[in-house]
Amino acid sequence: MYDVAEIRKDFPILERQVHGVPLVYLDNAATSQKPRAVIQALSDYYERYNANVHRGAHTLAIEATDAYEEARAKVARFINAPGPENIVFVRNTTEAINLVAYTWGVANVKAGDRIVVTEMEHHSNLVPWQHVARVNGAELKLIAMAKDYTLDTSDLDELLTPATRLVAITQMSNVLGTITPVADITAAAHRVGALVLIDAAQSVPHMPVDVQALDCDFMAFSGHKMLGPTGIGVLYIRSEVSEQMDPFLRGGEMVLEVTYEDASWNEVPLKFEAGTPNIGDAIALGAAIDYLTALGMDNVREHEVALTRYAMERFAELEEVTTFGPSDLSVRGGVVSFYMSEIHPHDIGQVLDQLGVAIRAGHHCAMPLVRSRLMVPATARASFYLYNTEAEVDVLIDGLNQVLRYFGDAASKRA
Amino acid sequence: MQLPSELDDLYQDIILDHYRSPRHQGLLDAPDLRGEGFNPFCGDQVVLTLGLDEAGRIDAVGFEGQGCSISQASASMLTDHLQGKTLEEAEDLVRTFKGVMQGEEFTPEQEEELGEVAALQGVKQFPIRIKCALLGWTTLQDAITAYRKTQG
Repeated sequence: MYDVAEIRKDFPILERQVHGVPLVYLDNAATSQKPRAVIQALSDYYERYNANVHRGAHTLAIEATDAYEEARAKVARFINAPGPENIVFVRNTTEAINLVAYTWGVANVKAGDRIVVTEMEHHSNLVPWQHVARVNGAELKLIAMAKDYTLDTSDLDELLTPATRLVAITQMSNVLGTITPVADITAAAHRVGALVLIDAAQSVPHMPVDVQALDCDFMAFSGHKMLGPTGIGVLYIRSEVSEQMDPFLRGGEMVLEVTYEDASWNEVPLKFEAGTPNIGDAIALGAAIDYLTALGMDNVREHEVALTRYAMERFAELEEVTTFGPSDLSVRGGVVSFYMSEIHPHDIGQVLDQLGVAIRAGHHCAMPLVRSRLMVPATARASFYLYNTEAEVDVLIDGLNQVLRYFGDAASKRA
Repeated sequence: MQLPSELDDLYQDIILDHYRSPRHQGLLDAPDLRGEGFNPFCGDQVVLTLGLDEAGRIDAVGFEGQGCSISQASASMLTDHLQGKTLEEAEDLVRTFKGVMQGEEFTPEQEEELGEVAALQGVKQFPIRIKCALLGWTTLQDAITAYRKTQG
């Protein structure tokens, strides 16, 4: 394990005050904070070797290209991809999934075929597949959520027909924290010849992930949820699949040879990176991965399990509060969604903000899950990361007690 | 830790009262105007129905919704001010309220007329909540605009 107090010193923003009190940042599922090393890597690039990559033979261009490609290699090692050629840099998870939908999806999903997703998907792993299904005349099927907030895989064999082309599943729900059995589902999908895309936006930042062990065909995640900057994300593609895929965006950098009439494509992964890429943010993502690797992803996971266990114990003290998510911490990440029937999540968030506590209130970009499965209009959500502490959980719980008193008093004043 | 007093400006008693006991609850069976508003940011929802008399004045109001205290209280307060108004007058009301939320001040006459709606001015200190406060009002404007289209 690591010393959280020491870790916190690496994050300048954690010294910040909000409304005159210390910031308690519990909105990590939305985006994480950045250590000094990441901010430094970004400014180093712009101050010392800013240049375009994969063109130009001058010193700066060579340094920038090396750093950019080294960042790609770091991402590959981090998720145990066979090589850097499996790593495509994109803007974020949403763009990664759309890249697959608009290239592989549109070309390979035919009328009468089937795409399978889960009821827990973030809009970014649902809406693109609704589009592909609609445009190509395929059907979209759902793996249901069970009562204990895990996935109900009991009827998986019926869902996964030979007509199934793709299974697109989250590895960790951003609303429930549920860690899904992606390896088992991937194996089952491959048995019927379907490919598998894993939305790893919430998992890769918080636990060890090995794409070869999972055996998935695509994996998508964002840099900004794993200590990196916004605007840089990752799409992993298995080599046999990427070779067959058409490019997504067309233009500079992604071409090999161009005539006035035609063009041929650069090799993977550059085939998928048209135009000047987000060089600085990719390099800074590399620095974030160095930071996570030094801490150890097993340690990060262990810290968050302990913190989530503590949070769930403290939440249990609040009778008025309902929480959602698996009680088994071996299948749960550091996310606690909660609800009070009398007080809207937005109002909870407003009062907590005055106490310096940052949480998320709303549908968390998973509207069907929140409204049709959890059966509430919205939830409040606290989500933890490697730098959060039990003391911060205490501030949250104290804050919720104040929320209850505040709205309770306001109600009784009139009674 | 003490809660700061700005919160009391936002959550005034009259606002929480409207939130807990919204006025004009329930939709009209055969409304002349109907509007649905949704704020995807936080999931607030308002459905507004209006009936008109022969002179074109609002003679029935029904609303349903779910969402945060500000969105629901604001919509409820709005419904208190529609009875007997023409659609033009209702639009004036919307324009006035939008203006106030965007930084204008109520004139003394407006403040007099709108009464407890003035309590919503505390929302201005919390810019992200302005959208919540406006939801019912923009829904009314949309309903009027849609109604006019059907009337050619």
